[in-house]
Amino acid sequence: MTRERRQAYWKRNLRILLTLLAVWFVVSYGFGIILVEPLNNIKVFGFKLGFWFAQQGSIYVFVALIFIYVGIMNKLDREHDVHED
Amino acid sequence: MSVQAWTYLLVGLSFALYIGIAIWSRAAHTRDFYVAGGGVSPLANGMATAADWMSAASFISMAGLISFMGYDGAVYLMGWTGGYVLLALLLAPYLRKFGKFTIPDFIGDRYYSDTARLVAVVCAIFVSFTYVAGQMRGVGIVFSRFLEVPINLGVIIGMAIVFFYAVLGGMKGITYTQVAQYCVLIFAYMVPAIFISILLTGHFLPQLGFGADLKGTETFLLDRLDGLNTELGFAAYTDGTKSMIDVFCITAALMVGTAGLPHVIVRFFTVPKVRDARKSAGWALLFIAILYTTAPAVAAFARYNMIETINGADGQGALYSEAPSWIKTWEKTGLIKWEDKNGDGRMYYAKGDANEMTIDRDIMVLANPEIANLPAWVIALVAAGGLAAALSTAAGLLLVISSAIAHDLLKKVVMPNITEKQELLFARLAAAVAVVIAGLLGIYPPAFVAQVVAFAFGLAASSFFPAIFLGIFDKRANKQGAVSGMIVGIVFTASYIIYFKFINPGANNAENWLWGISPEGIGFIGMLLNFIVTYAVSHLTAPPPEHIQHLVEDIRVPRGAGAATHH
Repeated sequence: MTRERRQAYWKRNLRILLTLLAVWFVVSYGFGIILVEPLNNIKVFGFKLGFWFAQQGSIYVFVALIFIYVGIMNKLDREHDVHED
Repeated sequence: MSVQAWTYLLVGLSFALYIGIAIWSRAAHTRDFYVAGGGVSPLANGMATAADWMSAASFISMAGLISFMGYDGAVYLMGWTGGYVLLALLLAPYLRKFGKFTIPDFIGDRYYSDTARLVAVVCAIFVSFTYVAGQMRGVGIVFSRFLEVPINLGVIIGMAIVFFYAVLGGMKGITYTQVAQYCVLIFAYMVPAIFISILLTGHFLPQLGFGADLKGTETFLLDRLDGLNTELGFAAYTDGTKSMIDVFCITAALMVGTAGLPHVIVRFFTVPKVRDARKSAGWALLFIAILYTTAPAVAAFARYNMIETINGADGQGALYSEAPSWIKTWEKTGLIKWEDKNGDGRMYYAKGDANEMTIDRDIMVLANPEIANLPAWVIALVAAGGLAAALSTAAGLLLVISSAIAHDLLKKVVMPNITEKQELLFARLAAAVAVVIAGLLGIYPPAFVAQVVAFAFGLAASSFFPAIFLGIFDKRANKQGAVSGMIVGIVFTASYIIYFKFINPGANNAENWLWGISPEGIGFIGMLLNFIVTYAVSHLTAPPPEHIQHLVEDIRVPRGAGAATHH
């Protein structure tokens, strides 16, 4: 495998990681901690929204993020021909 | 059938199952013993990881903690789940591609240094022993409360079971037992939660009942709790009392610590392929999330039930003579205490002088089925679930200790010439010795067990995570950088925790803390320091040798991961 192709794969990988980790940060540290007070003024069902993100929502997003990552990476591995048999 | 008969039956059945699995999955090679031959399916590994991860503390104590902390409990909920995102995206696939057995293996090879390897071995052993002591204690407590066996005998029975499948089966035995233990523990956690959710709110799913209105009223459960908490002098349930920076740092330290815990990372060495390691982390977090999204609901239900029972529907205090039987049962264990300060024969729970109750947080899960008047078999199920949670975590930790000693220390440093057979024997011996030490720690718990949990996460966050992360993502990171970074991270974090927890506990409050960060959250700062030092020192000294740079390039692409041995 050539150096350029390796680097192209790695660059795409880093971009995917940054995007997904940005979401990870925003739902937990953003919505659940830093913005918790303003979000608590919004009520969904019996939950104050900030509280919901801190104790429920962020966890659901975490699970989804990993499965999305798995899907994207499986595709990327094939595109760059670095997948396992 | 009585509660006790049910408990003996369910606990006995679950133990027989674990032993049966252990006999079926004996380890023949060191590869079986350390990483289950690398042939575990991602789904099974996800379940095993979930059981490995969810300890006696997650099962027994967490909901109770949240119940008393309200919003602040989010540090545990996010901290102990968010780390899996870091693990899946930043560490697991690359470590699987690297394809060896342990964390010190990776750190020692990547930084071409036995010093780095030794620092990693010492951290791995320390973190694991800290953690395992609490598990054995949990086993003893469940035995003594539900089966009325003395705590010490309970610990010995627990030791015997773990000894059997950890020493015989190694990782292979542990993995398949953990799959069974996950099923037992999640069933045991969900059944009472679902019952209580239906009773209180009419919703089947606790995650929905959590945000629903109380049955027969128009008031949301959480609004009612906010009201009750404020009336009784506590902070509103959905507000909490910790400062924002402390919540931020504790959450971060727990997340990064989780991603750096050796017994969790090593589970991703057991799957056949890189893509399985990614998927497996997803399954693991899904299985963990089932319990972790239920726990805050259980916490809220339990707090509401508790206040209503003790203070009575009118909020004036319920007559002790008419108290439900669970209050009296749990009084015997010392987990609930009532002191009739004003002599009116009524119980009263509040913040401040009017309070007459002392309530241990563990009761929120252990007594939950009784509080909600659930049938005897549900109560017995909670005992079996608590044991499954404690035993599965203990076994995973013991394996880390045994492989750190037999593989990282003996084979890699002290006597490199031993054969595989001898290494396997040493691994079994080390596991056996570790079980005995863990048991002794459970029987004679050092007074500081609860204090050192912050240590386990702080150390994992400030030592392992940056070293592994930079080992993969920064080709320039070298021996000098990693060793100095780990040492700075550990020394800073450890001194901060030791100062506030042991040397000067009186000063342990927000006024004296650095930037208002508690010892629980300081691992995050330790991690940042480690990152800065490793990066700076690496870039000021010579780059790592050619073959190490090739190694890093190689682990960055999935193709060519070592084939798994068959089962």
